[in-house]
Amino acid sequence: MSFYPICAEYNDAPLAEQFGSVTEQDVRRALNKNTLGPEDFLALLSPAAVPLIEEMAAKANQLTLQHFGRTIQLFTPLYMANFCTNKCVYCGFNTKNNIPRSQLGPEELEKEAKAIAATGLKQLLILTGDARAKSSPEYIESAVKILRKHFPSVSIEIYAMTEEEYSRLVEVGVDGMTMFQETYNEVLYPELHPAGPKHDYRFRLDAPERACKAGMRVVNIGALLGLDDWRHDALKTGIHAAYLQNEYPEVDIAVSLPRIRTHVGDAFTPKSLVSDTNLVQNMLALRIFLPRCGITISTREAPDFRENILPLGVTRMSAGVSTEVGGHTGDEEEEKVGQFDISDERSVDEMCEVLRKHGYQPVFKDWHPLQEAS
Amino acid sequence: MSNDIFKLGGLEFESRLLTGTGKYADDSVIPDVCKASGSQIITVALRRVDLESETGNVMDFIPKHMQLLPNTSGARTAEEAVRIARLAKAMGCGNWIKIEVISDNKYLLPDGYETAKATEILTKEGFVVLPYVNADLYIARSLVDAGAAAVMPLGAPIGTNRGLKTREMVRILIDEIDLPIIVDAGIGRPSEACEAMEMGADACLVNTAIATASDPALMGKAFSRAVKAGRDAYLSGPGAKHSHAKASSPLTGFLHEG
Repeated sequence: MSFYPICAEYNDAPLAEQFGSVTEQDVRRALNKNTLGPEDFLALLSPAAVPLIEEMAAKANQLTLQHFGRTIQLFTPLYMANFCTNKCVYCGFNTKNNIPRSQLGPEELEKEAKAIAATGLKQLLILTGDARAKSSPEYIESAVKILRKHFPSVSIEIYAMTEEEYSRLVEVGVDGMTMFQETYNEVLYPELHPAGPKHDYRFRLDAPERACKAGMRVVNIGALLGLDDWRHDALKTGIHAAYLQNEYPEVDIAVSLPRIRTHVGDAFTPKSLVSDTNLVQNMLALRIFLPRCGITISTREAPDFRENILPLGVTRMSAGVSTEVGGHTGDEEEEKVGQFDISDERSVDEMCEVLRKHGYQPVFKDWHPLQEAS
Repeated sequence: MSNDIFKLGGLEFESRLLTGTGKYADDSVIPDVCKASGSQIITVALRRVDLESETGNVMDFIPKHMQLLPNTSGARTAEEAVRIARLAKAMGCGNWIKIEVISDNKYLLPDGYETAKATEILTKEGFVVLPYVNADLYIARSLVDAGAAAVMPLGAPIGTNRGLKTREMVRILIDEIDLPIIVDAGIGRPSEACEAMEMGADACLVNTAIATASDPALMGKAFSRAVKAGRDAYLSGPGAKHSHAKASSPLTGFLHEG
């Protein structure tokens, strides 16, 4: 099985026309259904749904409350390395960018882990650049063994791996995998990823499925909204999530909704600008289409916006974030460059206070490992 | 009725309302809910228990008098459920366990076969096992054989607040299974809990409807009253309900004529 042929159909379809021909009646019909199909999801993402955004919000709010309660899961990323062999034109870690590169050794990892654990966080997302030679599967495995001593849940956001490699990471205690397709547009994809292993569209597209097969408990996917027309990627992401949910019902499928922001290096102009209204519409449509799907919002988003969307479908948020390698410890004088600029720089404590103020419980721990850390 | 004691797992309880700990905006409301609802048994997902946490551990909010019912939320197989149950015991959560084995994250429906397997293993290890299952007579019978302390059929898929959609199947379990029947999941309103009790269910477990109410303590109280009212109605023997109309001119009246 593969999502590829399904995705190819969407890539060949006249999506702009399809979005343009949706009527208000179509949107209302989708809103009134209990179980939605892909055509309903498309209707909710269409321009015709914009005037009905408040009605969509009411339904998304009710579904989120029903399935997830008044809770928000908190996690934080740990950047272990920023060596990268890719040339993604929009990314701060692009191999062409002349930035300081580094990788955390065992002792630095332990220090970072302790610093993060001291904030109370229990769910860690580890990231490396895409450089197999530097951040090898063995390096990642040994890092996970260190980190699992401090965190009951460790997820990965790294280069696409084989099923066997994912299985080995599951064995050492990785329980979640995040993979951004960036864009599902197969023509645009190679233009944005001109070199490096990430150039392989299909290997990346099938990576979440390989992670499901390898026994990951949570698989989180997403597109970087703005690289292509956001509606197109939002649609394909939702269809991808639905496909994974149907094929691997034992895996928790989640979707992140990042939109492109600035970074160091050459001036990249996104194909479409994703407004707040656009992002909210995407979140609402996704919640209504896939009521049980996790939705992740990062600190790329501004504090006000993150607070305003709390009732609208989000279930996981990052907090206390640094996108720099060793950003939680280390020498403050040292020059460090993050993958992207964060907008919400609030600490974990501040984030918890904000969540409670809005009537939401910050959830730190949501999994108890069945194998104790080795 | 003060002598109406609910016997479960070798213990006796006055309340027939079991509550939960998930989905609350703030766990600090849990003691108020326990008090207002009079509930004496509370379920907690081991995956959320964090004994080391300085930032808040759900266990700190569970009143000491409550019977703790750890659950295996997150288990996808019998083996995972068994491991979670053992971990719960090792962490000091006692030997009661609510088995939840769910490998379908779309509908969150329980896997009866894996649940029965886990039940069999854990009862042999001395656990008081309360399995959460579909309202299915065959699964229920296998749970009786496996040594379960009760059968917990769902009223509707978990978290849906859709009510007692499985009413006819739950009725069969009540009639046929010689274990406490605790309706778990799906109950969204006190009137639905009342109906389950009126039918003869031994107890109800309600979490989402209480935890996501604007005033959880008040909703807990409402459920407590509804469960009690339903139980009293069941014990008082309501008049038989006829499934078809009674002809005012009896169909067999002619047999008595002349």
